Amino acid sequence: MIGEELIQLLTPEGQRVAHPEYESTLGGDEVFSFYRDMVIIRRLCNEATSLQRQGQLALWAPLQGQEAAQIGAGRALEPMDFTFPSYREHGIAWTRGVPPADMLRIFRATTTGGWDPQKYRHSVPTVVLGNQALHAVGYAMGVQRDGAEEAVMTFFGDGASSQGDVLESFVWAASFNAPIVFILQNNQWAISEPSSLQAKIPLYHRAHGFGFPGFRVDGNDVLAMYEVTKRALDNARAGGGPTLIEAYTYRMGAHTTSDDPTRYRIDAEVEMWKHRDPVERTKALLAREYKVKKAAFDEVAAEAETLALQLREDVLAMDAPDPITMFDDVYADAHPLVDEGRREMIELGVSVGPR
Amino acid sequence: MTTTTMTMAKALNEGLRRAMEKDRRVLLMGEDIGKLGGVFRITDGLQKDFGEDRVIDAPLAESAIVGTAVGLAVRGYRTVVEIQFDGFVYPAFDQIVSQVAKLHKRTDGVYTMGLVIRLPFQGGIGAIEHHSESPEAYFVHTAGLRVVACSTPNDAYWMIQQSIEHDDPVIFCEPKSRYWEKGEVDLDNPPRGLFDAEVRREGSDVTVVAYGSMVKTALRAAEAAAGEGVSVEVIDARSLSPLDLDPMIASVEKTGRLVVVQEATKSASVGSEIVAELTERCFYSLRAPGVRVSGYHVPYPPSRIEDAFRPSVDRVLDGIDRVMGYA
Repeated sequence: MIGEELIQLLTPEGQRVAHPEYESTLGGDEVFSFYRDMVIIRRLCNEATSLQRQGQLALWAPLQGQEAAQIGAGRALEPMDFTFPSYREHGIAWTRGVPPADMLRIFRATTTGGWDPQKYRHSVPTVVLGNQALHAVGYAMGVQRDGAEEAVMTFFGDGASSQGDVLESFVWAASFNAPIVFILQNNQWAISEPSSLQAKIPLYHRAHGFGFPGFRVDGNDVLAMYEVTKRALDNARAGGGPTLIEAYTYRMGAHTTSDDPTRYRIDAEVEMWKHRDPVERTKALLAREYKVKKAAFDEVAAEAETLALQLREDVLAMDAPDPITMFDDVYADAHPLVDEGRREMIELGVSVGPR
Repeated sequence: MTTTTMTMAKALNEGLRRAMEKDRRVLLMGEDIGKLGGVFRITDGLQKDFGEDRVIDAPLAESAIVGTAVGLAVRGYRTVVEIQFDGFVYPAFDQIVSQVAKLHKRTDGVYTMGLVIRLPFQGGIGAIEHHSESPEAYFVHTAGLRVVACSTPNDAYWMIQQSIEHDDPVIFCEPKSRYWEKGEVDLDNPPRGLFDAEVRREGSDVTVVAYGSMVKTALRAAEAAAGEGVSVEVIDARSLSPLDLDPMIASVEKTGRLVVVQEATKSASVGSEIVAELTERCFYSLRAPGVRVSGYHVPYPPSRIEDAFRPSVDRVLDGIDRVMGYA
């Protein structure tokens, strides 16, 4: 199914494998820190799912299964690079320093954004599929005009890869040689539709048709994701143009908490991917090659637990905003219709009665 | 005061040039805007003078033209995008309403969507289908966008510069049937603010509000009406979002009669909005219901019969007759 084109440096069993063009440059401490990131973001994600089940979030889009794809790509970024996510990039947000509670604001429906995108150099979630790919390319064109040595990265899935905006972003990136890396997380499912419905060829092949390189990486292999992404980012900063990286991975959970994957996919497939777990294979490598002891793993688990409890506390303390704030920042400058609405709300009071 | 006579097309060209000279972060992007100077030559010569990095010939995809301008705005650039014809703006509709209109809000004001979407709009040039539409109401309906329409070379020269300097996204509607008409342009002083309406002709019996191509039509109708003893005040709305209601209110309070003229179809249109707002605000001054003289509720017709679709002087006069028919 995957074929020999898959770039892999670490097997599902946690064994290193040689690749003719890539080798891991990470030392033991770095691999351990990547492991820590993956454990923490998985734990936070599970906490968010629980919070949704308990009625504390309107919705949650879990990333479970895609930790290596995101941590590997995110850790390859330099601080001045800029990223444009979709709505499942919690792992990327974590690597950019976005506070976990801020990641949940949009899902608690207290905002439509969540954080200051310029502060973290990580744009706000984009819910309309593929829109962000064009923003990323435009930003990259700005980087070129500034003569800056920065790269831009954007994220979308196998489903969004059918969107016109994504394909148009490929045209633009190629034509203008934009310093951008496209991370296509092929998690096999676009809600209920299999990736085979989106593409009759391996998705990364599409890049060649647009005139820039594309690679398929084992998206559950954090070492490979890091190396391939890092080289693509370096290439972009050096003026080498765009790269498409298809992170071949799997959405272990539901599309969102509103989804029921048992209606469209079989247990055997999920079981098969469990054996390709990104966190477990990294742990196996650390234990065997770097002799990381159980105590160190336990310490990471405990840290993740603490962060999850903190996240819960932060989310529960997150109140609905004052309704009057809906009139803020609609425009940069005053607009009479916005002012009229604000005045009416002040005069009549907020009306949230039956309807 | 330095004034000079030029066409609206030239005035837009000069306005863009001046904006680019003032601010190096102003870029132009669109289809065929470089060497060709745009299909209407609005950007003629600008790529030669400012380079291919600032006057960008875009691949042919409108969503990407707007979507990449959003990314450039995040980076601090102010991109003036040209949509070649009104009827080609719809592929970019998603980016305009989902992103351009909302990103300032979504980021609590961090992103400034300082981009201008130039939209040659309305008909009257004998074109084939999709080249003569009036889509302004879609954008007026969307919170987060501002929409303006120029009607004279002087306004074109100044309003394009004011739109570029403004921090909100502006849909800049250009009446393409008036591109080649000449007028005086004052190169020193802007006529008024970007979002201000302007009384083009004073009168006492009927208020006619128009914008874009229809301002001139309304003025011609006013001239004809004067010959029949009806005094018509013509207001150029200029800004469609926000609407500058105060001069319209003052006028209707004086005349008690309102006609709005637009090429767009009537249903849920800018004209409908103007009639509704003025009915609400001038109810006791009105001596007749407000009348909309509009394009008919049909797809824009083949241009051999477009003159039967676009409001003519006669149809405006008919609208004036209808409001004058009330006591």
